Amino acid sequence: METDLVIEKLKKSFDTEVLKVTKKSERRATVSVKPESIVRIAEYLYKTAGLRFIIASALHTKRGFEINYHFSLDSTGLVLNIHVIINRENPQIESLSNLFNASNWIEREIHELFGIDFLNHPNQEKLISEGNWAEGVYPYRKEFK
Amino acid sequence: MGTKTLIPIGPYHPLQEEPELFKLFCDGEIVKDIKWETGYNHRGIEKLSESKTYDQVFFLVERICGICSTSHPFAFANAVEEIAGIDITDRTRYIRSIIGELERIHSHLLWVGLAGHFLGYNTVFMWAWKYREPILDLFEMITGNRNSYAMFKVGGVRRDIENNKISTIRKTLSDVKKKTDLLTGAVMDDPVIHARTKGVGVLTRQDISDFGAVGPTARASGVSIDIRRDDPYAAYPLVSWKVITAEEGDVFAKVKVRLLEMYESISIIEQCLGGLEKTPEGDIAVKVNEIPEGSGTGRAEAPRGEVFHFVVSDGSNSPVRHKIRAPSYVNIATFKKSCIGQTISDATISLAAVDPCYCCTERMAVALDINSGRKLMNAKELIELSLKRTIELKKKIT
Repeated sequence: METDLVIEKLKKSFDTEVLKVTKKSERRATVSVKPESIVRIAEYLYKTAGLRFIIASALHTKRGFEINYHFSLDSTGLVLNIHVIINRENPQIESLSNLFNASNWIEREIHELFGIDFLNHPNQEKLISEGNWAEGVYPYRKEFK
Repeated sequence: MGTKTLIPIGPYHPLQEEPELFKLFCDGEIVKDIKWETGYNHRGIEKLSESKTYDQVFFLVERICGICSTSHPFAFANAVEEIAGIDITDRTRYIRSIIGELERIHSHLLWVGLAGHFLGYNTVFMWAWKYREPILDLFEMITGNRNSYAMFKVGGVRRDIENNKISTIRKTLSDVKKKTDLLTGAVMDDPVIHARTKGVGVLTRQDISDFGAVGPTARASGVSIDIRRDDPYAAYPLVSWKVITAEEGDVFAKVKVRLLEMYESISIIEQCLGGLEKTPEGDIAVKVNEIPEGSGTGRAEAPRGEVFHFVVSDGSNSPVRHKIRAPSYVNIATFKKSCIGQTISDATISLAAVDPCYCCTERMAVALDINSGRKLMNAKELIELSLKRTIELKKKIT
C-alpha cells in the first residue's frame, strides 16, 4: 500500500517526466524518468518523501548508458530505482551532489569507469585511479576487454 | 645515464593490509581539511563478476572483505534469489542468520579491540581479540574455515549445521556472553574512555542523511535503520530482537551501539538454534534450474551497515552487470564531518569510529601543515599522540 502511495505521489508531481513504472513487489519498484528531470525528482524523493540515497549503478547496454539511482524508504523496506537512459554519443547528466554528499563519490567513480559526465559536479576528479590510468579509456564499458 | 629511477615501496604497497591514504591538513593542533586517496588495490570485482558464473561469483564477492566475508555473499544470494523468485527453506534461513550474526559478534569484538588500541588500552585490545577466538573456532567447526566460509549458494547453503553441534555452539555462546559482560563493564565504566570518546567525532542526523551513512554509524546518531528489520531476509522475521540506537552521535555512542548489538546477535543465534531443532536435518537447499532475465536488488546488514548488490541478468549463466556497494563506501565519506575541527590527537579514534573496512589506520593517516603542506607526523606518531592524551587524562581524572 505504502509503495503504491509513494509511486502515485511521484507520478502526480512529475506527470510528464515519468515514462514507465514497474512494480515488482511491495518492496521493489523501478520508475523510468526523463534524464533532464533527475535533479528535481531526486530532490523531491530526498527532501519531501524522505527517501535515502543508497547508490547509483551505471550500465552500458544496447540502448546506450543507463543509470539506476537506488533510493531506500527505510520505514517500509522499499528500494525505489529511478532509471534513466542517456545518449551514447555524448553521455552526460546533471549531478546530484549539490543535493546530498552521498552521490559525490559514486558519480566520480561512474565518470571514471564509464566516461559519463556529471554536469555541475562540485569536484569531478578521479576517485580510484588518480594518475594511474589512461585518459579516455573506460574499463567498465562493454567494449573494454 | 643521469636519470634516476624511483621505486615506490609503501606506504601504499600491496604487501600491506590495505593501501589507502588519508591526508589530514592541520593548522596547529586542529584538523582543517581531510583528503582521501584510494584505489591502490582496486580489483575491478564488478567487472570480474561479469565473467563468472553465478556459482563462482559467491567465491569472488566473499573475497571483497576479509572481516565480514559473509555479508557480500548474503546480499548477492538475496539479489539472485529475487531475480529467480526462489523461496529458500526455513533451515537455510536459520543457518544463514547464524553465520551472519556470528560474524557480527567477531567483527564487533575486533573493532572494540582496535578502538582500545588507538586509545592506549592495549589490555582491551588483547582481551577482545582473545574473546573473538572461540567464535572463529565455531566457524571452523561449522564451515571448515575460520574466515571466508564458502557457505552460501543460490537457493541454499553448502553445509548443514547438524543438530549434534548445537550444544557446542550454545556452550561457546554462553561463554562469549560472560566475556562480553566483562568487556562492556570495563569499557562503559571507565572515566578515561568517557573523557576520550564523549563529544568526539560527532555526526548529527543531518550528516547521516546527507552522506547516506548506514549501520552502527547511523544508529549511533539516532537514525534507526537496520536492513534486518526494515527489509527482512533470512531468519530475521522469524526471531525477535531489538535495533540498538543511541542519540549522541559521538565515538562513545558508536562503542555503546556495537557492544549492545553483540547481545542481540547472541539472542538471535540462540533463537535460530531453536529453529534448527524444529526443522529436518539436511533440508538446506532448493533446486535451481536457471536464472531468468531481469534485475534483482539484494541487501544485507553487515557488521558495518547495509551491503547493497544490484544484479542484472540476461538469462545466461553470468550476470551482465553487478553493482556492489559496501557500507564503508558511504561511511568513510563522513570523515569530512567528523574529523574537521577536532584536534590531531582525537583524529585517529574519529577515523576508527565508523569501523572503516581496514585494519591499519596507522599506515594511512598523515598530518600536514595547512599552509606549507609540510608533513608534520605519520600515523604511528598520531597514535602515540593519542596514547599520550589518554595518559594525561588518566592522571587528571584519577
